[in-house]
Amino acid sequence: MDFTLLFIQTINGLQLGLLLFLVASGLTLVFGILDFVNLAHGSIYMFGAFICASLTFFLGNFLWAVLIALPIVAIIGYLIERTIVQSLYARNHLDHVLGTFGLILVLDTLAHLIWGPAGIAVPLPQWLNGRVEIFEGVVIPTFRLLIIATGSGVALGLLWLVNYTRLGMLIRAGASNRTMVSALGIDIQLLFGLVFALGATLAGLAGMLIAPITEASIGMGGEIIITAFVVIIIGGIGSIKGAFIAAIIVGLIDTLGRSFLDTLFKLVMSIEAAESSAPAISAMLIYILMAAILAFKPQGLFPPKVR
Amino acid sequence: MNRKQTVTLAVMVALAVMPPLFVWTGNAFYLDLATRLVILAIAAVSLNLLLGYGGMASFGHAAFIGIGAYAVGIPAYHNTYGEFELIASYNGFFQVFLAVAITALFALITGVICLRTKGVYFIMITMAFAQMVFYLFVSLDVYGGDDGLVIDTRSEFPLINLDNPLHLYFLSFASLTAVMLIVRTITRSQFGKVLQGAMGNEERMIALGYNTFAYKLTAYVISGAMCGYAGALLGNFTTFISPEMMGWTRSGELMFMVILGGAGSTIGPIVGSGLFVLVEELFSSYTIYWHLPFGIMLILVVLLFRGGLLGLISGNSKSGGH
Repeated sequence: MDFTLLFIQTINGLQLGLLLFLVASGLTLVFGILDFVNLAHGSIYMFGAFICASLTFFLGNFLWAVLIALPIVAIIGYLIERTIVQSLYARNHLDHVLGTFGLILVLDTLAHLIWGPAGIAVPLPQWLNGRVEIFEGVVIPTFRLLIIATGSGVALGLLWLVNYTRLGMLIRAGASNRTMVSALGIDIQLLFGLVFALGATLAGLAGMLIAPITEASIGMGGEIIITAFVVIIIGGIGSIKGAFIAAIIVGLIDTLGRSFLDTLFKLVMSIEAAESSAPAISAMLIYILMAAILAFKPQGLFPPKVR
Repeated sequence: MNRKQTVTLAVMVALAVMPPLFVWTGNAFYLDLATRLVILAIAAVSLNLLLGYGGMASFGHAAFIGIGAYAVGIPAYHNTYGEFELIASYNGFFQVFLAVAITALFALITGVICLRTKGVYFIMITMAFAQMVFYLFVSLDVYGGDDGLVIDTRSEFPLINLDNPLHLYFLSFASLTAVMLIVRTITRSQFGKVLQGAMGNEERMIALGYNTFAYKLTAYVISGAMCGYAGALLGNFTTFISPEMMGWTRSGELMFMVILGGAGSTIGPIVGSGLFVLVEELFSSYTIYWHLPFGIMLILVVLLFRGGLLGLISGNSKSGGH
């Protein structure tokens, strides 16, 4: 086996996992605390990418664009929560799925109206566009390292926020007993709005980080949202720690599966059979993983302790 | 007759009478629309058995449609281009048998795993299995992969000729009627009562000594097989099949048809799929941005019409159809 390739693909898998975590953490926060299933989370990720792309062209600088796009996405998230999502809290999960399914159509078409049908590439500044040689023969794009650094930083920040701050305490309290928290005089409406906006910001950030690699496009939300759901279901709904571990596992398995499954298969079957079956199996791998985990642990790896 | 029965009768009579009129007045396009509507209605009725009577929100029913369609396309492909003599056939009975048998088997295997979970986990695991099938067909290059497969020759049956649009329509319509009657009979039987009892309070039914898992699994298999049958018809209708027809948004649309019309009623899914197909056609003829008003409509339906349109109809006069 080629160890240089293995190392590079592990880095790529890690990067995919951290991006998935950014999307999934917002999803699992909203799910765990607001008890709300948000299929439209992927559309916010897409909006983050598009807004960042427009601002990059307007300002001529990617980093400034990200810094300005983040509060914009937060406001969009807050507005969506106030107008549509809050009317759905009292409903069952099926209504959440259907309502936000409608929301996806609305948001995706709005993006189509504003930015047109074609994708928008996002140029990187010179110093981010290069490559770094980590050791002899292993070269990694600088930007991928930035994604890994940002993802890890946000993950640590989120764990700190949830476990060691007053807001985090309220968030955890809201997750275990909503009625009690509001009875203690906490503005639960504001708290919910903030949590939703936080989730939206995280998804938007993920969109901004991926845009320079893949470009901003209409279909990107639908692609990531299903994978993000796989992550939070594997991790256990509402668990930030679970989402982190599951995101890394899914990112690694997906990336490594796509590049090495045929090599593994060739050890046990004919080359022809391996080459025809490996692409199919590797595309299904994360769903197989999810089904296998749910078959043994119907509530994921870190099930919610309450409710 | 109460309002619901009146609506049921009116819808079924309209579906029986209108399409021949379309043909005689030279509006073949509307016949196409009616055929699509009726085939999707079969899928919606099958999903309603789970969603409306069993409380099982399957988010993966498009996979059954896709498998059913490929059960027509793959034997026809091999009959035209050789290889796989065992399944190569244009025979409609064989293809439909294949569609129903494979979807029933798929439902049985996945159902055993899916039904261990509840609520949103169930929604997501059914979706996961559908995604597996989706990616399986995407990677099957023999059958076109992403690009899909053209069905050169439709299923062959004695007496009826599916190349005749009216024959295809009436086969679909008769199938819809049969499927409705099957679901109606099931839900009124002892079996259906237990299923609905488990939807309301599963612990109570278990305490009464019922093996609710077996009941739910049986319903899941029946629903999957009926949906596979709808897929076989859809393949014959479009004569082009691709993995796109089992994407997760398709499953979402199917769920919407059931909810739109009203889950847990005989005619609800048909009203729902009818309205869905007609509104989609209407909006998309005006603007390429038709998903915008369509999405707003879906959100409003969820927010305002609890119990679907049928709840509205049986409550007061018809409205909201624009």
